[in-house]
Amino acid sequence: MSQKQKGWKEIPIAGVCWKPATEYHTGDWKTFKPIRDPQKCTKCLLCPMICPDAAIRWNKTEEAIEFDYNFCKGCGICANECPAKAIEMVREEEA
Amino acid sequence: MATVQQKTMALNGDEAIALAVKQSDVDVVAAYPITPQTIIVEKFSEYVADGEVNTEFVCTESEHSALTACLTASATGARTFTASASAGLALMHEILYVTSGCRAPVVMAIANRALSAPINIHCDHSDSMPERDCGWVQIYVENSQEAYDSIIQAFRIAEHPDLMLPVMVCLDAFFLSHTLENVEALPDETVLKFVGERQIPLVMGHEGKEVPFKLDPDNPITMGPLDLYDYYFEHKRQQEEAMRTASQIIKEVHDEYANISGRKYGNGLVDAYRLEDAEIATVCVGSTGGTTKTVVDELRAEGVKAGLLRIRTFRPLPVEEIQKTLRSVKAVAVMDRSNSFGGYGGPVYHEVRHALYDTQTHPHVVNYIYGLGGRDMPRTIIRDIYEDLEKILETNRVKDYVQFAGVRE
Repeated sequence: MSQKQKGWKEIPIAGVCWKPATEYHTGDWKTFKPIRDPQKCTKCLLCPMICPDAAIRWNKTEEAIEFDYNFCKGCGICANECPAKAIEMVREEEA
Repeated sequence: MATVQQKTMALNGDEAIALAVKQSDVDVVAAYPITPQTIIVEKFSEYVADGEVNTEFVCTESEHSALTACLTASATGARTFTASASAGLALMHEILYVTSGCRAPVVMAIANRALSAPINIHCDHSDSMPERDCGWVQIYVENSQEAYDSIIQAFRIAEHPDLMLPVMVCLDAFFLSHTLENVEALPDETVLKFVGERQIPLVMGHEGKEVPFKLDPDNPITMGPLDLYDYYFEHKRQQEEAMRTASQIIKEVHDEYANISGRKYGNGLVDAYRLEDAEIATVCVGSTGGTTKTVVDELRAEGVKAGLLRIRTFRPLPVEEIQKTLRSVKAVAVMDRSNSFGGYGGPVYHEVRHALYDTQTHPHVVNYIYGLGGRDMPRTIIRDIYEDLEKILETNRVKDYVQFAGVRE
């Protein structure tokens, strides 16, 4: 969507996908993005489980959760469900 | 002209189609019976039961399912065929678009029948004409021989790697579907050689390599997925391009077949009859062409410069051929065996008049809706129409652009 789009002569027929779904960034139209407050986060790991887009991962090196904004659609379920109120939904342009 | 010995058989149009399908090495036939198409799949199921074909025959619970089964089998690379008519075709409407959108080269015979209500099982084109925009090639045949020949050609057209378009072969209910004719049949091996193996083009798959365009677990691809405002339009543009390319392929396949069989139907797109110096002409699709040719011969014998243009391929529309073959004509009557209620004439009229708008000659173009629900179209009525055209020539005036031929006042 945000990537350069191809013309009709360049793409396969019948809607055949010429790239894997992981390259199709379904999260690039969100209005709000989740921001984690590391001070409040208890690392309970509830949010990776409830994210409908599997866009929250555990980062081993950082020992913290991280959002994959390419696939996060900004639904806000994580912020709503976080027991520690450690996630805030912020307008994309203000984040 | 013919290079092979052919067998003369007494067949009705439906049986002729079943024979053509039998000889075309079809992998999957899925169908649901509906008069007047039933004989096609009934006869074909006998071939299956008798072990004469190597075809998977699927009895489905509806026409919607029948076409879905053909579409999905076709998506795996199989050669597929089905047949329908009237309400059955209407029930397929949704899947007609899915089939063309998935570029599945399904071949389907339509025994043109009226739509309800009131219920009617007889011939008109109100079933297939509303489907003219669904991305299928449409061929309308004049007789059972042409039905046989066109089905064999249809597999070659549909499966051409540059096209990958489904093809509808339309024959008039009862006039053709149930009427015995002498049909010249090619030997099995000649048809088998002509249709050949289905060719599968390559496409770029999601794993970043070119793979055969078919559903195959070893080379997985996705067909017809969600496609929104970002790419749907491009895919529709591709379909339009395939349709434009189809005109040339239809002509080539028709000519190649003519060299083997000795039978030609105009140039495969239009069948122009005595039009070279014609001043008045009718335009039609389907079996009415046969009756009209007789009338044209009578009129020519009387010194009237009459001609006929039978449009064989209605989709893609042979615009150039319509313009070229009607260039000397001063008054044209377009015959429609279906109506566009509240429109300005029938669908064939819309197309022909539209195509002639850009010509320098600007003939008078009038429309006759006729033959609805199987109403006969005898020579006498066709003669009356030519007489109307002569009056238009004399007076240079048209009283009614859209008329109804053969309806009681």
